[in-house]
Amino acid sequence: MMTNPPQSFREASARLRVQGLLDAGSFTEWLGPARRITSPHLAALDAPVSFDDGVVVGQGLLEAQPVVVIAQEGLFNGGAVGEVHGAKICGALLRAIEMRARAVLLCVDSGGVRLHEANAGLIAISEIMRALFAVQAAGIPVIALVGGTCGAFGGMGIVTRLCDALLISEEGRLGLSGPEVIETVKGVEEFDSRDRALVWRITGGKIRRTLGEATMLLDDDIPAFRAAAAKTMGDRPRQRGLSPDALQTLEAAQRRLEARATLDPGIRDGQQVWQQMGLGEEVALMDPAEFNRCLEARER
Amino acid sequence: METLHLELPSLQDDTLFPQTLLHGVVSSGNLEVLVEPGPDAARCVFEVQTAAHGFSEVWQAVLRDFATRHPVGGLTFSIHDAGATPAVVSLRLDQAYQSLRSS
Repeated sequence: MMTNPPQSFREASARLRVQGLLDAGSFTEWLGPARRITSPHLAALDAPVSFDDGVVVGQGLLEAQPVVVIAQEGLFNGGAVGEVHGAKICGALLRAIEMRARAVLLCVDSGGVRLHEANAGLIAISEIMRALFAVQAAGIPVIALVGGTCGAFGGMGIVTRLCDALLISEEGRLGLSGPEVIETVKGVEEFDSRDRALVWRITGGKIRRTLGEATMLLDDDIPAFRAAAAKTMGDRPRQRGLSPDALQTLEAAQRRLEARATLDPGIRDGQQVWQQMGLGEEVALMDPAEFNRCLEARER
Repeated sequence: METLHLELPSLQDDTLFPQTLLHGVVSSGNLEVLVEPGPDAARCVFEVQTAAHGFSEVWQAVLRDFATRHPVGGLTFSIHDAGATPAVVSLRLDQAYQSLRSS
């Protein structure tokens, strides 16, 4: 049997990610590039604009179920959220409620707010959060997919953590302030942003899955993301209001946080977390499937 | 930003389905190109917005070469450029043309 070569999620553009995640030919884009809804702020600053302002939004099918998909382009201004970019995400989320989507796939690839239009970007982030809560209140799960070059930082890092599930590759990263920001503010002794191994041990997919912030660790492969998103959607029946086990879910989250608080406050590195959990250096070499199994066994 | 508008003669490929297609990403040293149906079957229209000023002659050479190599009459190519080198411009245009042919 011929096996298809892996399709890197990290290397793909936002547009290719959308194509690969959805059922073939099912995608309909909203406010596509031909509409030329570009950033007025970038134009006023005489900076290059993009036809889609760095985000692809629309509807399509995932295993024949109607979903809304939102994909940020990390290579355009670091996937940063400006006024138009944010309004597109916000509008797509609200549209999910109107069209009774089965789920929202949110491909976050962003350093946060676009500094060229910071105030508009910050307002956009709060509007995205409010829209996301409205989607969740309507019983539609929002699934974050993180595996792009920028990761999920700043305001989009917070938005990512608000989602019902977070699927992340080992290459994916999640945080509030990014390594470069921390280094600039607190100095290189605090965080050496050029130490790539350190950056990934602190912000990378493996440590985020270990700490319970990510739901599942995935290979850097678009079909793997598609399969995991479909499974996550199937595991979460559409349900308005609080689920019957909402209290248990909250209590379990509380127990996880309490367990995390007992970790040694002197811990500065993912490796130390794994050591304290009794996991050795083999963690670094585990592939995603093995890693998920190892953690699931411990969590039971 | 500097803008360039160029209309060049080019052959028309009747088998090419005129449609909207976006290729590439605006990032440092790179560009995006939006292909759309154009006004005249015998000509190819280029609309360029570039961050690199003063390279109008180089742009004309690269775009003329592209319009000569491929039958792209009846199409408009709108480009947002963030300082792509001539080789990258050629490559992205060729890729956009290939995507157009294969879709």
